Amino acid sequence: MGDEKNIFSRAEEFMQLFKKGADFTQELLKENERLRFKVVQLEEENRLAKVSGASGSDKLAAELNKKLQSLKEEMHKLTERHRAVEAENKDFANRYLEIEYENNNLANLYVASFQLHSTLDFKEVLQIILEIIINLIGAETFGVLLLDEKTNELTAVATEGVDREEIPLIKIGTGIIGNVAKSGENYFVDEIKPFGKFDPQLPIVCIPLKIKEHVIGVVAIYKLLQQKPKFTELDYELFTLLAGHAATAIFSSKLYSESERKLSTIQGFINLLTK
Amino acid sequence: MAYRILIIDDSPTMRQLLSFAVKRLSGVETVDASDGVDGYKKLTNGKFDLVLADINMPVMDGLKLVSIIRGNPDYKDIPIVMVTTEGGKEDREKALSLGANAYITKPIQATNVLSVVKELLKIT
Repeated sequence: MGDEKNIFSRAEEFMQLFKKGADFTQELLKENERLRFKVVQLEEENRLAKVSGASGSDKLAAELNKKLQSLKEEMHKLTERHRAVEAENKDFANRYLEIEYENNNLANLYVASFQLHSTLDFKEVLQIILEIIINLIGAETFGVLLLDEKTNELTAVATEGVDREEIPLIKIGTGIIGNVAKSGENYFVDEIKPFGKFDPQLPIVCIPLKIKEHVIGVVAIYKLLQQKPKFTELDYELFTLLAGHAATAIFSSKLYSESERKLSTIQGFINLLTK
Repeated sequence: MAYRILIIDDSPTMRQLLSFAVKRLSGVETVDASDGVDGYKKLTNGKFDLVLADINMPVMDGLKLVSIIRGNPDYKDIPIVMVTTEGGKEDREKALSLGANAYITKPIQATNVLSVVKELLKIT
């Protein structure tokens, strides 16, 4: 009876051990299943990570390329803008020089006209004309000739670099000077040659002194200063100014001198009569 | 900064032209004299930073004026610019040897005058 009980007890122990083994095997199977799932999951994640990693770098490269392209375009635009600004600067610099030149010319013309009309004294007017021709035009030998409307002859009234007597009376319509006085048109020699012997009939420039279309005289230039090889644009403007303003100044001063003389004579008569 | 320039020329037109040219620099004021003697008197009676002088003048010409100015220790350093019709090399050398700092020939170009004056007065 005791043996039977012992065997039963041992069977019971075996059964329990077997059950434990079965439970343990069950647990191992479950764990295996879980781990297999985990491996699959990790493999999938890995695959997805790989896939997403590759497409990300492509995308990044594409984005960088796009940005590079945009920067290139921007650089190109900036280079173009820089070129445009440089061209604009150059244009402004040239314009500045032109304005500077114009400004100087205007200042010279202003001074010339201001001086011409600063006096009513005939001799002073002539002196100012000489100064303008020397200092602004740069002439060395020249003369101012006025027309005597009674005799139709031109007489030198002021000269520089040559005596007045060396310029003879010139009949209107004869030679270069006479023709300028007749036509009222400026005369410029085609080419300024080295100065040789002084010839009063052969000026290099002859400008009529005109009040509107009425010629009252001429300026005849024979020689320029040695440092002045040719005429500039300003010279032509000065000649135009001289043609008008110098003529007016000469005419006004002559009229003023005459009226002063007449006034003095009349005053003398009045004084004589009232005494 | 203010600069005083003495302009010595017997021609009123020339004086006005030079005055117009240099007054384009800010702070410049000018005093005129009609010949060398008048110019020297004004120089010694005032304070000037530069002298612009013609050569051919009555009473005392520009070259004589330069030698007198340089002979006075008070004015040995004052810049002198000759403005003249004489374009020859000898005239230039003579003026410079007497003590002129620069030599400008006529016909007058305001830009030339300005650049020379700016250089001598060290105006940037």
